[in-house]
Amino acid sequence: MYNKKVMDTFANPKHVGYIEDNDGAGKVGNATCGDIMEITIKVKDDVITDAKFRTFGCAAAVATSSVATDMVIGMTVDEALKLTNARVVEYLEGLPPQKIHCSVLAEEAIKAAIEDYRKRQSEKQGK
Amino acid sequence: MERRIYLDNSATTYTDKDVLEKMLPYFSEVYGNGSSQHFFGRDALIAIDEAREKVAKAIGAKPTEIYFTSGGTESDNWAIKGAARALRAKGNHIITTVIEHPAVIQTCKSLEREGFEVTYLPVDEEGFVTAKQVENAITDKTVLITVMTANNEVGTIEPIREIGAVAKAHKILFHTDAVQAVGNVPIDVVKDNIDMLSMSAHKFYGPKGIGVLYKRNGVRIERFMDGGEQERNMRASTLNTPGIVGMGAAIEKAVADMDKNNTHIAKLRDRFVGEVMKNIPDVRFNGTKDMNRRLASNANFSFEYIEGESILMSLDLAGIAVSSGSACSSGSLEPSYVLLSLGVPIELAHGSIRFSFGKSNTEEEVEYTLKKLYEVVARLREMSPLFKKFEGEQKYV
Repeated sequence: MYNKKVMDTFANPKHVGYIEDNDGAGKVGNATCGDIMEITIKVKDDVITDAKFRTFGCAAAVATSSVATDMVIGMTVDEALKLTNARVVEYLEGLPPQKIHCSVLAEEAIKAAIEDYRKRQSEKQGK
Repeated sequence: MERRIYLDNSATTYTDKDVLEKMLPYFSEVYGNGSSQHFFGRDALIAIDEAREKVAKAIGAKPTEIYFTSGGTESDNWAIKGAARALRAKGNHIITTVIEHPAVIQTCKSLEREGFEVTYLPVDEEGFVTAKQVENAITDKTVLITVMTANNEVGTIEPIREIGAVAKAHKILFHTDAVQAVGNVPIDVVKDNIDMLSMSAHKFYGPKGIGVLYKRNGVRIERFMDGGEQERNMRASTLNTPGIVGMGAAIEKAVADMDKNNTHIAKLRDRFVGEVMKNIPDVRFNGTKDMNRRLASNANFSFEYIEGESILMSLDLAGIAVSSGSACSSGSLEPSYVLLSLGVPIELAHGSIRFSFGKSNTEEEVEYTLKKLYEVVARLREMSPLFKKFEGEQKYV
């Protein structure tokens, strides 16, 4: 059911981990539904310089986490906000239909991390 | 050399080489239609009758009580719908359990749409239903009790003899889905008070696509497949001679080798379970710990903090075939209803893996699987946001 690209990415995912001194952190999903994705980012001058993920979920969830974090590194936060699950799926050369919701989770986790980053920025400016 | 270890023997087994050899002549040499009167047909019928006798002998039945079907699902559908519809005038209540195979549950759901009422009995945390529960559920409208002999996910062996006795005392038909049990657990339809029983050859080293419904003589059910007069005018369709021969050969061998196979399989399983529980922290063993009331082949675990499908796929990459009760592997959003019925928390049901051992598995395969499983669990936990962060405190958010 999974293609080779998905399996290879699942077997050797990039950017696994948690950035302790992160500038933004986002966590989406829940254990009851069977998937949780947590992404932390490091941002300098509005450019994402590093991103890491931790995922509780299926092979598709892990593969999309890896691809999504890999894609946003080097992007500005505005660019990263435009990252769609369709692009993640395209990069993986397709996912089984029932797994598409996993790729949505990756997009949502990135957005949550950026939102957190922006919130912290505005709090800083507010001071 | 690439490893290929099969630990999914509850899903299906390979067809034994000598079973296959016995089937082969019935494809292109003895290919007559068992219903034909000429010698081609008669030769096929001789083989069919032999197989029927073997099946009957294996479960303590008479050959006239054996009906060949396409598999376990058909047998379940036929037994339950056939009996319920035949007894509709007498009552409309059926008793079953929440952990039945979908072939039974969905058949009951279908009957509910026809106006039947179905009681789905709950099970305890080990997966057992009791005869007392069954008895308490009986009403004056009850026409059928159907309880599985052994569960496919957690391997629980239900007290069918006691349940059968309750059914008999109340003069209610008793059907059991014995698809997981035949060949693995001794069954005697007379002593076990069974009126109808479903089985499938591919679960005991026979071919796929051939099943049996045992129906005690005197039990009236509606015919299921309309057409010709095969199977004493109860199940139309040209008899699947090679499949039937395979069923006969497989059940004869499975019953003869049952003790030997179970000793070997249980030894592998028990060692595997012991090592997993000793070496992996935060693991739940699902189902009963009373190994005498559990299929020798079955081990079912939930690995905390990680999800079942990713464990399955990781083991797959390591050349090990298992199955999972996670929602992701079934394609639905809900994890295994069997595990949830046993009270396994939903997060843990998502992280469940079934290892089912077979007669050809080896000690060396168990060792290799353990080694790979430790690596897989460690790697996925390293990746999990639920691991470490919640260590020592609340485990799940």
